[in-house]
Amino acid sequence: MTDHILQMRGITKTFPGVKALQDVNLAVRRGEIHAVCGENGAGKSTLMKVLSGVYPHGSYDGEIVFDGEPCRFSGIRDSERRGIVIIHQELALSPYLSIAENIFLGNERTRRGLIDWNHTNAEAAALLERVGLRENPVTRAMDIGVGKQQLVEIAKALSKRVRLLILDEPTAALNDEDSAHLLDLLRGLRDEGITSVIISHKLNEIKAIADSTTIIRDGRTIETLDMSGGEVTEDRIISGMVGRDLEHRFPPHEPTIGEEVLRIEDWTVHSPAQPERAVVSGANLTLRRGEIVGLAGLMGAGRTELAMSVFGRSYGVGISGRVYKDGREIQLRSVTEAISHKIAYATEDRKRYGLNLIQDIQRNVSAAALGKLARRGWIDGNEEYRVADGFRADMNIKAPSVLAVTGKLSGGNQQKVVLSKWIFTDPDVLILDEPTRGIDVGAKYEIYAIINQLADQGRAVLVISSELPELLGLCDRIYAMSAGRITGEVPRAEATPERLMQFMTREKE
Amino acid sequence: MTQTSSGKASAPDAGAEVVGGGPPPAKASGRRFSFNLRESGIYVAFALIIVLFSILTDGGLLSPQNISNIMVQNSYILILAIGMILIIIAGHIDLSVGSVVAVSGAVAAVLMVDMGMPWPPALLITLLVGALIGAWQGYWVAYFGIPAFIVTLAGMLIFRALTLTVLGNQGIGPFPDEVRTLANGFLPGFLGNVGLGPLGGADLFTLIVGLAIVAGIVGTQWRARQARLGYRQQVDALPLFALKMIAAAAVVMTVIVQLARFKNLPWVLVLLAVLVLGYTLLTNRAVFGRHIYAIGGNLHAASLSGIKVKSVTFWLFVNMGVLSALAGIIFAGRLNQAGPTAGNSFELDAIAAAFIGGAAVQGGVGKVVGAITGGLIMAVINNGMSLIGAPSERVMLFKGLVLLIAVAFDVWTKRRAGAGG
Repeated sequence: MTDHILQMRGITKTFPGVKALQDVNLAVRRGEIHAVCGENGAGKSTLMKVLSGVYPHGSYDGEIVFDGEPCRFSGIRDSERRGIVIIHQELALSPYLSIAENIFLGNERTRRGLIDWNHTNAEAAALLERVGLRENPVTRAMDIGVGKQQLVEIAKALSKRVRLLILDEPTAALNDEDSAHLLDLLRGLRDEGITSVIISHKLNEIKAIADSTTIIRDGRTIETLDMSGGEVTEDRIISGMVGRDLEHRFPPHEPTIGEEVLRIEDWTVHSPAQPERAVVSGANLTLRRGEIVGLAGLMGAGRTELAMSVFGRSYGVGISGRVYKDGREIQLRSVTEAISHKIAYATEDRKRYGLNLIQDIQRNVSAAALGKLARRGWIDGNEEYRVADGFRADMNIKAPSVLAVTGKLSGGNQQKVVLSKWIFTDPDVLILDEPTRGIDVGAKYEIYAIINQLADQGRAVLVISSELPELLGLCDRIYAMSAGRITGEVPRAEATPERLMQFMTREKE
Repeated sequence: MTQTSSGKASAPDAGAEVVGGGPPPAKASGRRFSFNLRESGIYVAFALIIVLFSILTDGGLLSPQNISNIMVQNSYILILAIGMILIIIAGHIDLSVGSVVAVSGAVAAVLMVDMGMPWPPALLITLLVGALIGAWQGYWVAYFGIPAFIVTLAGMLIFRALTLTVLGNQGIGPFPDEVRTLANGFLPGFLGNVGLGPLGGADLFTLIVGLAIVAGIVGTQWRARQARLGYRQQVDALPLFALKMIAAAAVVMTVIVQLARFKNLPWVLVLLAVLVLGYTLLTNRAVFGRHIYAIGGNLHAASLSGIKVKSVTFWLFVNMGVLSALAGIIFAGRLNQAGPTAGNSFELDAIAAAFIGGAAVQGGVGKVVGAITGGLIMAVINNGMSLIGAPSERVMLFKGLVLLIAVAFDVWTKRRAGAGG
C-alpha cells in the first residue's frame, strides 16, 4: 500500500449558482512533488483553498485526511499548525518590512512580549541560507526582485515547520533562471522530506519536476498520471486538461509580409528611480506590415521598458531616439499621440494596468477609443453596446453579455477584452506584452489565432514573451534583448531556444 | 473601420463550451422579478425614513410648507454633493468646500454690498473666483501630485482664513433682492391658481411643470427602453417598467402638488433640477464623465488608454470650486448676509451625502442621483428630528449611524457579490 500524506476524497464545493468542485479526489504520496494541472477556472485554486482552510470545514462536502487523521480546518492558522502552508500566486509580502520581518509576520520571535530582533534576524539568515537566497535579512522586501521574493515566501513556509507546501503558480512571474532555481529548491526540499503540491501552467516544468500529476477539468478530477517513468508527454497532459487532442499548440499561419511600418532607432531610456541608469540603450527595431515579431529577454532585460517608453513615454525618463512610422519620423510624447499614430500597447499586467475591473466589458472595450463613439463629447451608448457585443461574438468572450463586470471574467476572457479594446482603436502596430500570461491552454490557442488574424489584416504585431516556445511557435522574426540592448535578431527558420538563450544571456560588450 | 473583420478567432477545435457564443436573449428577464439590492437599497431606505418621520410628525413632514423648507434649506448641500460625488468617483476628496462656500459668500458680499456692484456681474465674478480656487487646488492635486486630502485640508484652513480676513468678526449684508429671491424666493404664479377639491387652491403653472417633468421622465425612459430592445439588450419586463414609472410619477407629483399648494416652485429647486439633469447627462453620456469613472476605477489603465488623467482631475476641481461658489452665494443670500462661520462642516455633509448615496471609498462608483438622494436622506433626518423636537446631539448621533450603516451595507453587498465569483 502506498503511503499517502494527504487524501482529499469526494470534495464538492458550491458557490451561489456555480458548482466549483464536484467529487474531486486528490491523493498525495509522502515526500513527492505532486502537480495539479487544469485550465483556468477548472477549480485548482478552489481545491487548494479548501485544503488550506481558506474555505473552512462545513462550507464544502467531502473529507480531508492528512497524515492519517481527518482534518476539519476552520482557517489558515489551523492548517498551518498541522504543517500545510500555501503560497499564493500573488505574493503576500509587505513591501516596506524587512525580509526577516516578513518571514516571521504573524509568527514573531518574541521574548517577554517584545520582538527579539537578534533571534529574528539570525533565524531568518539561517532560513535564507536554506533556500539559497543571499540577501541581508534586514533588506526591505520591495528592494528585491520577484524571484527572490518567492524564495522569501518559501523561507516563511519553512519557518512554520512546513510538511506539505502548496505553491500556486510559483513561476508565473519568474524568468527562466529564477524558475530553474526555484525548481531546484523544491527538489532539495523533497530530499529533506517536505511534500509539495504545485499548481502550474508551465507543462515543461511539470514534466521536469513532478512525480505525479493530477488533472482537473471543469471542477472534476480527470486522472492522476505517474510521471516517474518519463513517458508522459506535454501533449498527453494537455489532452487531459482540455479533454481533446490538441494536435498543435499553435494555429497554422502563412504570413504575408508587407513594407516597413514602424522603425525605432537608437532608443535609449533611463530609469525613473535612478536617472543615471539606462534600462534600454541604443535599441534598433523594425516592424513590417503583416509580420509577427517576437521580443525575447530575461526579466529585467528592458523589454517592457522599451515598449512602454515608445508608447507615449508611459515609462522612463531621459528618453532619446527616433521613431519612424511609414517612413516618416513621428513624435510620441503622450499615450494620446501614440494612439492617434495607430500604435497600441496591451500591458503584461492586465489587472493592474489594463482593465477597469469594476466596470463592464463594454466600457472597457471602448475606453481607448471613446472618440469614435462620441459626437461633440457625447457618447452614443447604443452604438457602444453594438461594438462591444460584436467583439464579444468575434473574440468568443465567454460572458452572459457585455454588461458583465470584467473583474469576474477568467484570465483568458479578460485578455480578450484588453485585445478588443486595442483592436477597436484600429492600430497599425500592436505591442502585446506577455499576451498569454496566466491563461489556460485552450484560451492561449484562441489568443494565438487572434494574433495571426491581426497580422493578416496588415497590422504589425510585436509580441513580448517570457516563454520561448511561444515566441518560436508564433513569430516570424525574433529579437532578443539583454541588459537593455538588442543583442540579436533571428528569423523564424533559424530560431532555436538555444540560440535565443545565447543572445538573451549575452553580457554587455 | 477595419474592426468589423477583427476575428473569427475561435480555434477550430476550441469550442468545448461556448457559453457566450450566441446572441444574448432578446427578451427581458421576463418572469423573474430581478431586484438589484445594492442599487435600490438607498431608495428603499429613503422611503422608509420618510414613512418613519411622517408617522412621528403626524404628516407634518410632508406638509406643503415643510417640503418647500426641506428643499430650500438644503439646496446648497445638494449642490455641493453634486460636485463632491464627481470628485469621489475620480478617487479624490474635497475637504475645503465649506471654507470655499464662506469665502465666495464674502466675495459676493464685498462686491454687491460694499462696492455696490449690480448683481449679475457680481455673481459672475464670484463664480469665477470659485473657479480660480478650484484651479489652485486642482493644480496641486493633478499636476503637482499631492493627495487631494492634504491639498484640500490646507484649502480648508486657507480659505477660512481669507474669509476671516475679508469679513473680520461680523457679517456683511443685506444682499440685493434678486440674490435673496434666488436663495429663498419662489417663481411667480404665471397662470394663477386652480382648485384641487379638498386640497384647496394650487398654482397652475407649477402643476403643469410637474406634468411636463413626468412626461419627460416617462418619455425618455420609454425611448431608452425601445432603443435597448432594438439592440437586443436586457430590459425590465413591461409590468415592472410601468410600476417604476408610476412610482416615479407619484413621487414627483406628490412633491409638486404640495409645492403648488404652498407657494409655487422655489427658484433654488429649479436651479437644482437643471444641475441634476445636466450632471446626470455628463456622467452617463459624456466622454468627460466616462473618463471620471475610468480614472477612479483604475488610474493606470486609464492613463495607458490615452485618457488625460491630469487634465480631467484639474477640471473636476475647477468644477467643484464653481459649484462651491454657487452654494456660497445661495447660502449667503438665504441668511441675507455673508458671515465668517458660513459653511462650517458643509464638507462633511456633502461627503456623507455622496457616500450614503452609494459612492465607493476607492472611487470608480457613484451616481449624481445617488448623491442627491443621500443628501435628501440627511435633510429629512435633520428636518424630521427638529420637527419632533429632538436635541441636536441626537440628530448628530442618528446621522452618524446612518452614514456608517449605509457604507457597511454597501461593503456587505459587494462582499456577497464577490463571493459568488
